[in-house]
Order: sequence, then C-alpha cells, then structure tokens
Amino acid sequence: MNTSTVEDVAARELIAFRVGAQEFCINIMTVREIRGWTMATVLPRAPKFVRGVINLRGAVLPIVDLAVRLGLPSAEPTARNVIIVAQVNNQQIGLLVDEVSDILTTNEKDIQAAPDVSSELVRSFVRGLLSLDERMISLISLDHLLAAPELEAA
Amino acid sequence: MDPMAAIRDVFFQECEEQLAELETGLLRMEDGADDPDTVNAVFRAVHSIKGGAGIFSLDALVRFAHVFETSLDGVRSKRIAVTPAVMKLLLRAADALADHVRAGREGVAAEPGKTAALVAEFAVLNAGPSAAAAPPAAVAAPVAAPPPPPAPVERIWNIEFKPLAVLYAKGNEAALLLRELGQLGRLELDLNTKSLPSLAEIEPEGAYLSWTARLHAECDEAAVRDVFDFVDGDCTLSISLQPAPVARPAAAEEAPEGFEFEFFPPSAESSESEPVSEPVAEVPEHHPAAPGPVEAMAAKAETSSAVSATIRVDLDRVDRLIDLVGELVINEAMLSQRVLEAGIARASGVAMALDELEHLTREIQDSVMAIRAQPVRSVFQRMPRLVREVAAQTGKQVRLLTEGEGTEVDKTVIERIADPLTHMIRNASDHGLESPAKRLAAGKPAEGVVRLTALHRSGRIVLEVADDGAGINRPRVKAIAVEKGLIAADAQLSDEEIDNLIFLPGFSTAAVISDISGRGVGMDVVRQSVTALGGRISISSRPGHGSTFTLSLPLTLAVLDGMVVSAAGHTLIIPLGTILETLQPRAKDVHALDNDLRVLALRGGYVPIVDVGLTLGYSDQRIETTQSVALLVEGEGRTKAVLLVDAIHGQRQVVIKSLEANYRAVPGIAAATVMGDGRVALILDVDAVVSGTRSDAPREPSLLEAR
Repeated sequence: MNTSTVEDVAARELIAFRVGAQEFCINIMTVREIRGWTMATVLPRAPKFVRGVINLRGAVLPIVDLAVRLGLPSAEPTARNVIIVAQVNNQQIGLLVDEVSDILTTNEKDIQAAPDVSSELVRSFVRGLLSLDERMISLISLDHLLAAPELEAA
Repeated sequence: MDPMAAIRDVFFQECEEQLAELETGLLRMEDGADDPDTVNAVFRAVHSIKGGAGIFSLDALVRFAHVFETSLDGVRSKRIAVTPAVMKLLLRAADALADHVRAGREGVAAEPGKTAALVAEFAVLNAGPSAAAAPPAAVAAPVAAPPPPPAPVERIWNIEFKPLAVLYAKGNEAALLLRELGQLGRLELDLNTKSLPSLAEIEPEGAYLSWTARLHAECDEAAVRDVFDFVDGDCTLSISLQPAPVARPAAAEEAPEGFEFEFFPPSAESSESEPVSEPVAEVPEHHPAAPGPVEAMAAKAETSSAVSATIRVDLDRVDRLIDLVGELVINEAMLSQRVLEAGIARASGVAMALDELEHLTREIQDSVMAIRAQPVRSVFQRMPRLVREVAAQTGKQVRLLTEGEGTEVDKTVIERIADPLTHMIRNASDHGLESPAKRLAAGKPAEGVVRLTALHRSGRIVLEVADDGAGINRPRVKAIAVEKGLIAADAQLSDEEIDNLIFLPGFSTAAVISDISGRGVGMDVVRQSVTALGGRISISSRPGHGSTFTLSLPLTLAVLDGMVVSAAGHTLIIPLGTILETLQPRAKDVHALDNDLRVLALRGGYVPIVDVGLTLGYSDQRIETTQSVALLVEGEGRTKAVLLVDAIHGQRQVVIKSLEANYRAVPGIAAATVMGDGRVALILDVDAVVSGTRSDAPREPSLLEAR
C-alpha cells in the first residue's frame, strides 16, 4: 500500500499529529485506528525506535516511537500519548506520537516539494511540506519505517 | 477472482477428494473386496473427474479417464476378472490419473509416454474375451445399474403401504403413488380403514389409512420400489413376492443413521386387517436374486448423507474465528482479574456468572479448535502410492497397513507432518525391510509389512511407523558412526544410544545409496522438522523383528504449554516440552570457563549456563546465581543447557501469536502470546538460546543493540 506519496493525496484527507514540537501528517487512508498508549512489551535486540509490541485485539502490534525514528528528542511515553495504528505494506504498525492535532483536506497543489537537503532521514521519510496558518506540517511516508539500515546492523 | 478460475479451483479440490476415494476403493478391492459398492465408488470417482475435466477442456485427462473408466466398467460388469495383475494396472492408472490432474492444475502437459503404455495395456484388457460392452445407460448412471431380471415373467407383488403423517405434510399424495403403481401392471387395491378413529378423536393432520395392493406385473422389485422413492421414510412399506419368496431388501438395517427406511413391520393394527398378504419375514439380507438395487440404494444414501454433512469453508474465516475466540479467552481472563481486584466475594452472583462464562469460553475454544482438526487420512492416503513406487524401484514386496486414519489433529500439523512421515515410510520400506530372498532365508514371508498407525495419547498425537524387517544393525551403525567421526572409536554405548545415532546429521547406513533414500540427509532432517513442531521422535528396534519409529506431536500449533518466568524484569514463556527439570543452583556448583561462559556441575557432568536476561539484552548485568532459578532445558540435537531466570511464575497454556505478521522474526524469540492482563509476552526460542552457547554463535550480547 503505497498510498502516502504526493500523487496519491490529491484532494485527499490527511491526518496531522504532533511529535515533540513538530507537526507531521500521513494519508488518512493508511490509518486503521487511534488508541491510547499502553505499556509495550520490550523486544530483545530491537532497534531503539521500536518501543516494543502491544496486544491489538489478539494481534501483536509493533510500536514505533516516531520521535526516535525521526531523530527528534524523545521522552518516556505517558497516558497522554497516542498510538496511531497504520497499515504499511500489509503490516499494521503502531506509531507513538504526542497527539493527533488535525484532519486536513488538501489539494496536491498545496503540497510543496521537500527541500533538497542532505539529511538521510528527511530524504527517506518526508514527501512534501504543507503550510497552514504559519504551521509547517511535513507529509511523511511510512514505507521505510521498519526497513532501515540501522536494523540490518542490529 | 475470475469466476471460472474459482470454479476451476473447486474442481481441482474435488479431484483431490475423488482421487483419494479412488485410491481407498482400489486398495479395498486389492484386499479382496469385490462388492458392487466399492467398485461403484471407484467407478464414480473416475467418472466425476472425467466429467469435470471435460468442462475445462483438459482433453488428455478426459481421454485417459475414459479409457480407465471403460476398464472399470468391465470390472463392474464382471467382464474383466480382478486378478492381481489387473489390480496393479488399476493402481498404476490411479497414480497416472493423479499425475494428469496435477498436470491439468498446473497447466502443463502430462508425460505422454507413461500414459500411452497404460492406455495400451487397458486396450488389451478391454478387448478381453467377451466384447459385449456395457450399456451406455450404465455409464451415465452408475448407481442405477441393477443386473437385469432373469426372465420377464408376470409376478404378483404384495405391497403394503401405510403413509405416515409426514408424507402428507410434505405435500405427497398417496393416490398419485398408487396410480403410478397401477401403471406397472394390473393392480388390485384394498383400502384399510381399521385404524381410522371416530370423528371426535380424529386428528385433522393425522394419517390413518393404509393400503394393501396386489400387483400383477412383469417388473422387478426395484421398479416397484422406485414408485415410492420420494416417500422413503415417510411411510411404512413392505413389498413381497407372492408365489416364490424373493429377497425382501434389508436396506433398513444397512442404511446409515438418519436414513429411515421402514420396510417392516406393518403396524399391528394394519396387519390384523390384512390376512391376505403374509409378508415374507426375515429373508436373508443378501439374496442373490436382487442385490443390485438394494446395494445401490444404500450407496446412494451414503453419498447423499455425506454431501449434506460437510460444508466447504475458507480457511481464513476459520482462522479469524479462532483469533477472535482466543481474544475472548483473554478478555474473559482480564475480566476475572478485574472482578477479583474489585474485591467481589467469590460466592456473589457476579463471580458465579463469571465462572459460567469461563466455562463457556473454554468450551467455545475447544469447539473452534476442533473445526481446524482434520483426520490424518489425507496424509495417510499418499503413502500407499509411495510404498508402491519404492517397492517397484527396489524390487521388494511391501505391504502398507494403516490404522487410525480417523485420528484428528490440527490442519497445520497435518501439513507439516507429511514430509517427515514420507521420509520415514520411505526409510522403512527401503532400509528397514530386507529383499524378498533375504526374508525367505530368514523364515519370513517374502512380502514385508510396513505399519503406519496414528492414535491420541495424553493430549498428543502419536504416529508410529513400524516395519517387520531386520531391525537396526547395531554393530554396523556403530562402525559407520566411528568411521564418520561422529563418535569416538572406544565409546561405550547402550543399544538405545546406538539406535539414536541414526538421527545424527550426516548419517546413512544404506550400503547402496539409492535414489529413494540415503544421501545422509535422512533421519536428522526428520528429527529436526519434528522438533520444530514441538514433537519428539524415538526409535525401538529388535534385531530380526524390525524397527518402530514413534513420533509424538502436539495436537495443535495454535496453543502451547509454557512455563511463565521472568528474566531481568520481563515476562517470558518457555515451552514446557523443552524443560527437563527446574532446580535451585548452588554457588559452589557454578564454574567459570572464561569471562562469559559459566557451567553448572550437574550430577557429574557440566552443563553450560545461559543467563536469559543477559542473552536477550534485557540487562547488562549478570544475574546472581543464588538469586536465580535454573531450568535445565534440552534444545535441538539434545544439546542441554541451564537457563537462569529471576523467578518462575507458573505454568499455563498460551495462544501462539506470530511476531512476523506485523513485524519480523526476532532472534531468540519464537513467537508471542497475550497474557491474562492483556499484555504481550514473548515465547523464548530455546533452540536459538541454547545454540548461542556453542562456539559458532556470537556470545557477546553487547554486540547486539539492546534497548
């Protein structure tokens, strides 16, 4: 399900969320549900951004700490944190974020290309930028969320 | 999916079933069963495959099935005698038909050479002494092919017909049936109103009338019975021949349950009123005069009841249901815990209702798991062909006996035991049994027997493969093991230990490496796949009398008995099957081999110690031996190790959840499960952890990124 690319989101809805001080958004069609934070079971030898796994109605759901994944400062999650359950390439993944801030309806023309920077993280996740009332929201793709070079090293 | 493709899929699924039926039938015939039932079943199977194949224009398949069918028809009409040679040909044809079906499914052409030879053999068979071909009608409707009556003489049939209330309730009309009967010949009809109550007592929808008929006709009994075909079980019917006693069909006794065909006796009140007809009582069940229709009818009833008894369900749906029920079990446990926490008394209504709920959930879980359970028949049915092929290639005479085909086990287990079982059967026929000459010299019959048995024993399925061959040649096995450097030359081994050597990797005893088995990837692979299923394999052998391999497997792969432990503060499940014992280690028994590796002195030996928390990276500090509990476990290839954990919390059955579905395989972890508090707990992969102590595996946990 490669639905979070720029072409696909023409006149579609996006779900915006906050991680630390930054705002991000993903295609709402990839979101299966949103739920509160529960303690995750730590997986041995997992990369740092994998918080562990939780029970999602009988399925084992890995939790990705987006802050760690995107190289932002992270804190221990509290009950105020939110997990966005997203469908990525036939798998369901929980994204640990601070809060869900908005649901946006956008047109393709509102999305600006991400600036050409050298940052590996930006290049592998950020698909475009939206500006909304002086807020900058990055449209991110989840395709490479788990498949990261860091993992093979682990 | 394209609808035609879906139909095609169903066709091939049905083909598998028909082929299985064909094989079963042929084997029964080989055992000497020549009753029309079996022959008909075999014929029907081939005929159905042919019919379906025609729709999908699988011409090669249709042509071959047709030739096969023609011969079977010959067998059925007793034109072709069932000799062992013919049986062999038929069995080979069944194999070829299976090949054709497979080729059809994969869309490739079947080997023409093999088929051509068989077709030629069939041609010879079909052109046998009496060239009288069976009437085409018989081909179209195999079940309705009774042998014709000896001569068309007029006979007098005494028929007693008493409709039951249900006959009318189903909208049948007695008068129409009697009128139809009248068309067979001259009919004398007596109405019997004796059981008719007075108007005040009459039940409006009851049935009170019965008829006694005398039919003068040239027809046979089947024709008479056909008239009443649609009211089977809805009436009491008795048919007898007046002048000479002829078979009164005993289908009532033969019919399977749920098929109520009451031919006899006429109810007390009606017989009083009918002194004319004396139904012939207790005629032998299989009277030679008219076995056809009776047998055919019984067969028909059997197939129809089989059809209604099963439905095809997508496996995904069943799995979804199983998942949901697993979830229900967890939720129920969580609820119980909450109720307990709330301090509600055990005798209170809530707690009692909860007990009920728990009971119910367990029952639902058992029933749902039973849906996935299937008889091992599907695997067993592949074995006769295998044995035939091995026998043909090795020039041995092998007879396969199977027992307990109906034993049920989870579908995934069935799928995964097929390969090891194939290997074992092949081994038993190839290595286990001697050549006919050797057998005769040993005073045994030339034909060797391989026995395959399945049974349930204490919550597990036990599969046995036994042969009556020479048994394990222990001196040879030991010599080979020494030669291959698997054991020391001066090792002192018990008989049992020697037998178990054949499970070592790289071991093969066959003097001649054959195509069939014996490339040294034999029993160790079998053992590996069995252990992977959570099973165990053992062997017992008596020289001169044969060997028996015993496989014991869990009934399902969906649940597992585990020990709940904690390591470095994390809850883990250790599969119970791997745990040999638990012990409290004493500090003086622990010896350090080097910085990382410690061993525990245990009953004169030394067993490597694995600190679970450290190995999994949960902790970077070694656990204090005296503060820990040790579990002696056995991994793959009987490697033993001692696992150190914080504490043991108990034993429970857990539902296995895949980590790969949403994440990926995690080294050291076999799977996950959900505990009663709703949290995920990880199931330890004992093999991986134990093999981590060996030289080739990285021992330094800090190399692995721990969080």
